[in-house]
Amino acid sequence: MIQEGQARIPSGCAISGIFSKSGERFSGADIIQSITVMHDRSNGLGGGFAAYGVYPEYKDYYAFHLFYDNQQAQKECEDFLHRHFDIANCSEIPTKRTEGVTDAPLIWRYFGAPHTTRLSASQLDEREYVAKCVFRINGSYPGAYVFSSGKNMGVFKGVGFPEDIARFYMLDTYEGHCFTAHGRYPTNTPGWWGGAHPFALLDYSVVHNGEISSYDANRRAIEMYGYKCDLLTDTEVIAYIIDYLHRKKGLTFWEIAQVIAAPFWQTIETMPEEERQTHEYLRSMFSSQLITGPFSIIAGFEGGMMALNDRLKLRSMVVGEKGDRVYISSEEAAIRVIEPDLDRIWSPKGGELVLVNLEGGTA
Amino acid sequence: MMSDTHINAAGLDFQALNKKIRQTAGDIQIEGCCGQRYIGAGQSGRTITIHGTPGNALGAYMDGAVIVVRGNAQDAVGDTMNDGRIIVHGNAGDALGYGIRGGAIYIRGGAGYRTGIHMKEYQEKKPVIVVGGRAGSFLGEYMAGGLIIVLGIGAEGDVPVGNFTGTGMHGGAIYIRSSVQPTCLPAQVTLEEALPEDKRAIAAPVAEYAGLFGADADELLSGTFYLLRPNAKNPYHTLYAAHLR
Repeated sequence: MIQEGQARIPSGCAISGIFSKSGERFSGADIIQSITVMHDRSNGLGGGFAAYGVYPEYKDYYAFHLFYDNQQAQKECEDFLHRHFDIANCSEIPTKRTEGVTDAPLIWRYFGAPHTTRLSASQLDEREYVAKCVFRINGSYPGAYVFSSGKNMGVFKGVGFPEDIARFYMLDTYEGHCFTAHGRYPTNTPGWWGGAHPFALLDYSVVHNGEISSYDANRRAIEMYGYKCDLLTDTEVIAYIIDYLHRKKGLTFWEIAQVIAAPFWQTIETMPEEERQTHEYLRSMFSSQLITGPFSIIAGFEGGMMALNDRLKLRSMVVGEKGDRVYISSEEAAIRVIEPDLDRIWSPKGGELVLVNLEGGTA
Repeated sequence: MMSDTHINAAGLDFQALNKKIRQTAGDIQIEGCCGQRYIGAGQSGRTITIHGTPGNALGAYMDGAVIVVRGNAQDAVGDTMNDGRIIVHGNAGDALGYGIRGGAIYIRGGAGYRTGIHMKEYQEKKPVIVVGGRAGSFLGEYMAGGLIIVLGIGAEGDVPVGNFTGTGMHGGAIYIRSSVQPTCLPAQVTLEEALPEDKRAIAAPVAEYAGLFGADADELLSGTFYLLRPNAKNPYHTLYAAHLR
């Protein structure tokens, strides 16, 4: 089978996100309803969700979600996991047979904490240790693929329409304070389970509508910092760029937005001195992380959610607010279907960061 | 007079809804609309009133019908529309009036990016887009004809349009009601303050906007308007054939 990376993938796609600022947990039913309205933006070759706050009973453990092609791959990968982590719990992720969802791989979930001795011997900080383990599995264990590796969050994705994928994983039985969703429209590849959105590393997850013109430049740059773009899809590189800029470089999400959707030089020239210096610094220091081409993205992370359009705003995005809830979607109808009576609704400008944080949160 | 036929759009996908619309004669009211695309596409000679949120490409290729939206509209309203009227009692999304070649669109509130992109005119066909509030960047991009009016209601003291207005513009006119001069314009357009005789061209559409949404036309027209037109020096003239002078 031709996999991602052996062909190009321009995509249409739909994205949606819901966030409770107070941290109130709600069922996945709302995000399913939202993404279902945008059915026609997908073609059945990929759907997925990221859900935050869904594993409070294991919140101190990394929740690894894995696809396996076969039991041999599972066995070898589990040996690796047990060598590197104390596994508190492991089980198959509950799924149900769903029309429109076929050829599912083996799908397993592990709650693990790094082995103390191994971690200290590695001289890495804990999150870097976990990230390195994820890249090791995805790069060196054929038939095994880690598609979720954060704490108290999980990615649920596959090949199918997003509403079918939600039924398959019984997403409405999960409760969290933040959900993001993606409906995919790849036109040049067969689509496979690992290639569906969201793409996630640690607690960072990204859903993306668009196509990155600068993909290869971004990929070469990020690979210099130890990331491996094993999936060769453009969205994967966005997840790594956000992880790199936030976790490794300590940039704020506002600064990250100015890097990946930087204002034009001609716009920067018109800014007041201090603002101009900030933008000149960010554009100069992180020029390889500038993402060009059309995109709208929603990124989830521990304690918050961000959304961003490309600077030319070549993809649509609408934001709605009602009480403590923030809704972000490719189409207004996908917000109105769950909350017809909004306090406020608006369209962010190209390159304008939308950021929501948990009240008293960590982001 | 026949009363409108009501269609409940809840649970209908775009194909089922549009089929129902085509199979129903006369004026209709659509209730519970939620994201169905292409409503009113190619239609003529009737009024379609929509309650809820219609999906993308509302009134695409429309040929004389009237669409009234009691709420907000999404992207690509009036895509390649040939004739008729679209009246939105809320805001519109991106690419409003994409390639519109005739008829008129009235938006009570604001519009997104690229309003009037590729808008054009030919002989008696002169499309009009009126945006009551603000419009996003790239207003009138590649505009080849017709008339765009941005009234900037609620944006007083601020420029009601984004950056790069009129990029690639080579025909038509854009009127922006603003006390502040728009900046960040491309070289292909000229900007001047509209004179009273210039404003005559927008009196009728502004009056129609005021009538539709309950504004004061005289007050709107008495404000300062900036008029954008393609640069008469025509910077494209020798773009591809510099030797043909």
